[in-house]
Amino acid sequence: MNTFLGMPATPPRSPYGTGNLRGDRKFPKAAHDELANGQLRRNLGRATSTIRTKRLVVTGELPDWEQLRDAGSAVKTDTMNRLPELLEQLEQKVTERGGTVHWARDGVEANEIVARLIRATGSSDVIKVKSMATQEIGLNEHLESLGITPYETDLAELIVQLADDKPSHILVPAIHRNRDEIRQIFLDEIPGVDPDLDNVPAHLAAAARAYLREKFMTTRVAVSGANFGIAETGTLSVVESEGNGRMCLTLPDTLITVMGIEKVLPRYQDLEVFLQLLPRSSTGERMNPYTSLWTGVTPGDGPQDFHLVLLDNGRTAALADPIGREALNCIRCSACLNVCPVYERTGGHAYGSTYPGPIGAVLTPQLAGMDAAKDDPNSSLPYASSLCGACFDACPVKIDIPSMLVELRHQHTEQSGASAEKLAMKAAAAVMKRPKLYTAAQKAAALGRVVGGRDGTITHLPAPFDGWSDSRDTAAPPKQSFRSWLASAEGAATLRAAAEEGVLPATDAHTEDQ
Amino acid sequence: MRIGLFATCLGDTLFPEAVKSTAVLLARLGHDVVFPPGQTCCGQMHVNTGYQREPVPLVRNFAEQFGDSSIDAVVMPSGSCAGSVRHQHEIVAERYGDASLRAGVATVKAKTYELSELLVDVLGVTGVGAYFPHRVTYHPTCHSLRMLRVGDKPLRLLRAVEAIDLVELPQADACCGFGGTFAVKNAGTSTAMLQDKMRNIGTTRAAVCTAGDSSCLMHIGGGLSRIRSGTRTLHLAQILGSTRTTPHALTEAVR
Amino acid sequence: MTPTARDTVLGRIRDALALAPAPATTVPRDYRTGRTLPDGERLALLTDRLVDYKARVHPCTADDTARVIAEVLAAHGARRIGVPAGLDEGWLTAYDGEVQRDSADIPAPGLDALDGVVTASAVSCAETGTIFLDGSPDQGRRALSLVPDLHVCVVSLSSVVVGVPEAVARLVPERPTTLISGPSATSDIELERVEGVHGPRTLAVVIRTDA
Repeated sequence: MNTFLGMPATPPRSPYGTGNLRGDRKFPKAAHDELANGQLRRNLGRATSTIRTKRLVVTGELPDWEQLRDAGSAVKTDTMNRLPELLEQLEQKVTERGGTVHWARDGVEANEIVARLIRATGSSDVIKVKSMATQEIGLNEHLESLGITPYETDLAELIVQLADDKPSHILVPAIHRNRDEIRQIFLDEIPGVDPDLDNVPAHLAAAARAYLREKFMTTRVAVSGANFGIAETGTLSVVESEGNGRMCLTLPDTLITVMGIEKVLPRYQDLEVFLQLLPRSSTGERMNPYTSLWTGVTPGDGPQDFHLVLLDNGRTAALADPIGREALNCIRCSACLNVCPVYERTGGHAYGSTYPGPIGAVLTPQLAGMDAAKDDPNSSLPYASSLCGACFDACPVKIDIPSMLVELRHQHTEQSGASAEKLAMKAAAAVMKRPKLYTAAQKAAALGRVVGGRDGTITHLPAPFDGWSDSRDTAAPPKQSFRSWLASAEGAATLRAAAEEGVLPATDAHTEDQ
Repeated sequence: MRIGLFATCLGDTLFPEAVKSTAVLLARLGHDVVFPPGQTCCGQMHVNTGYQREPVPLVRNFAEQFGDSSIDAVVMPSGSCAGSVRHQHEIVAERYGDASLRAGVATVKAKTYELSELLVDVLGVTGVGAYFPHRVTYHPTCHSLRMLRVGDKPLRLLRAVEAIDLVELPQADACCGFGGTFAVKNAGTSTAMLQDKMRNIGTTRAAVCTAGDSSCLMHIGGGLSRIRSGTRTLHLAQILGSTRTTPHALTEAVR
Repeated sequence: MTPTARDTVLGRIRDALALAPAPATTVPRDYRTGRTLPDGERLALLTDRLVDYKARVHPCTADDTARVIAEVLAAHGARRIGVPAGLDEGWLTAYDGEVQRDSADIPAPGLDALDGVVTASAVSCAETGTIFLDGSPDQGRRALSLVPDLHVCVVSLSSVVVGVPEAVARLVPERPTTLISGPSATSDIELERVEGVHGPRTLAVVIRTDA
């Protein structure tokens, strides 16, 4: 029943100090170090431009791409509006089909549930399918602290895990590594690997296959995420490429799936939309090699013990924001990362969160907050964008990330107290709302010409503008503003002459005939 | 047509030549150019930096200055300011304004255009009698391209310019890295983006890189000046305002 | 009594929706559905897409099925294969190697010793080159078509539909369903696609053009 016993309370964010939703320094500082890494920038530049081209080819193939985006966007919005009933329906269907559903208020609780379920099997090893949700809550770290060894089985996640590194991309977590670096990681970390292993991607993939095959054959518990959970039928889905997902979802006795509550979809039919949007947007393929759909437990086929953990961890806090909630529509395709000029140069680590790039810059502050502590690094994320809008165009579910960034910036300035910037903004607005003051200020600016050096060019500016003037000259203000020119005799004469001179405007057809 | 000219604070104060060319061009096309003297700033910088209370008077002032029904259309030589008027003013008015502000914003929003939109969509011209015998490359600024969706309108205008040598800019749709206060707050990342933009501009061997926004041009031009590039920046309006009788005198780029 | 996590989370969602109420949304489904194409075009499209993703394609007639399957298995040196319990026995009459009829009690490592597997399929989507297996008796449990390194998959042209919506409409949601588009692959190293990781490294599709 939807009856309230009082005023609705604002739901809590992901608890401070848990999981992987906050870096240890602000974006500009972290980005500074990443920008200095020439190898990283070359790796990222090559990889993102490759994927951008592929995506444009396969999305351009479909004449109804925009209609699919409209449908995808509306399905997700409809889902958020009906979230309680859809989750209850999902729970009921999964349970009817022999699965067990658990609810987790936050990452800490989800970690405890998963660890308890693994311990109940008696296994001390677990194989994992790449999952953003378990990355977000720091499941691996928690399991390791309890003596349970998680084996990441996605090739990129394996590379990251072997190198004791962090993922830097939603879809291709090792995008910051090139083939030579990966070869070295394998040589150093995979027991018994061929010492003559070269850097050919096919050979590197074969080495991973050989290493993981034994784990697949012998490990009795797997942990996965889910791309979609269908309320109508209780069907869950994992979209992947390598077959490691199929291995984990099929071979063990026990499967534990951790799914964010926003991943539910109302109808099985909705897959017809998302199975077109997701692969084309993420890897730039018409379809990813493998997608698994399973509904509870099937006798004689796959794990006979299935658990679904439904995770909040700040998602309800995002849902309570009328603008920010749109970020929950994300299907984790990473198209926005691949088109983002900021991400392309800094890589994912600078964002400090499991979710990097444009979607991370709006999702992370909403899940974990951006003013949870003094100088919270997350408060810098909404500013990690030039607002160029490429992410909005690429998003398969039409999330208006630029507007959301502007909104989060507003929320941040409202939450933070007085600052030098706020004072400057107030002062600027105070001048600009009074045309006379504004005109006087323009005249003062024109006097600023004296600071100009070479050819009236300013080459050094004081903080906070020194970052600007480190690589850009600034033209000294001109002698005369537009308005004073317009009011001058010269201005009036020029406009009069232009009107008298006139022009025979050529139409489109006219020019093309020429 | 009676056209209200919004100079933009940046154009009025720092880049008046682009605004002059806009006024001259419209006068030449036979239109009345009206310059409400009480105009100041659209407030874009405030909103993009996270401030929405502070620009309320600016939004109100804009609506008052240009709301008069005798003004048929409002034009500005800036894609980002036009984007602010069309997309951000109503956000500010909805949140912090009253009913009269919301109504005023809606009125001006509906008749506000960036320069290339006004010329092509409203005035129905692409050939404006311009003459510009130089090698030019065009950078489509992000807000023109993705917020206003001006598409190829600026290029259609440029293609119709007599004697122009228009060359395509590689990776034209990539952001130049300006982003207002982004260039200050994230100067390092902004510079990395600028470097790639300048490298692409360099491959065109153009004498001029043009765009529809003085702010992005300030950024790109500042970088080109620093590296002593042979390419200089010029607002689209200045190319369209250049004619055989009054040609734009192209100064040597700083080397 | 302390509320359960379930009650808490559902309560938070209801609170959130009360704090930020949104108008009901209707879903526009203006994308293409219910498309049809003649047999020849569906065959050509599916073949093109399968080949693009490095699957081997072997068109044949219904009468020829056994011979083509035997040739494909021989070409890959498959001496010992697994088949689902319900696979049409007539399809294996030309094969002279060892056949292991699958059952749920064979552990996964037992499947690893097989050279290949032959299965039927439920439906295929031409536009994306995707074959759907749904665990029916002629397709078997999911592990069977996963662990061996060669998967010979038989597709009847009558089960090939044009696009994704047409394929999804034919599925039975409760069945464990696997969508296969080419052999397993990864793009994790410099986003360069490499065929063959954990799933079968070779996918051979036998398309029965008159079935």
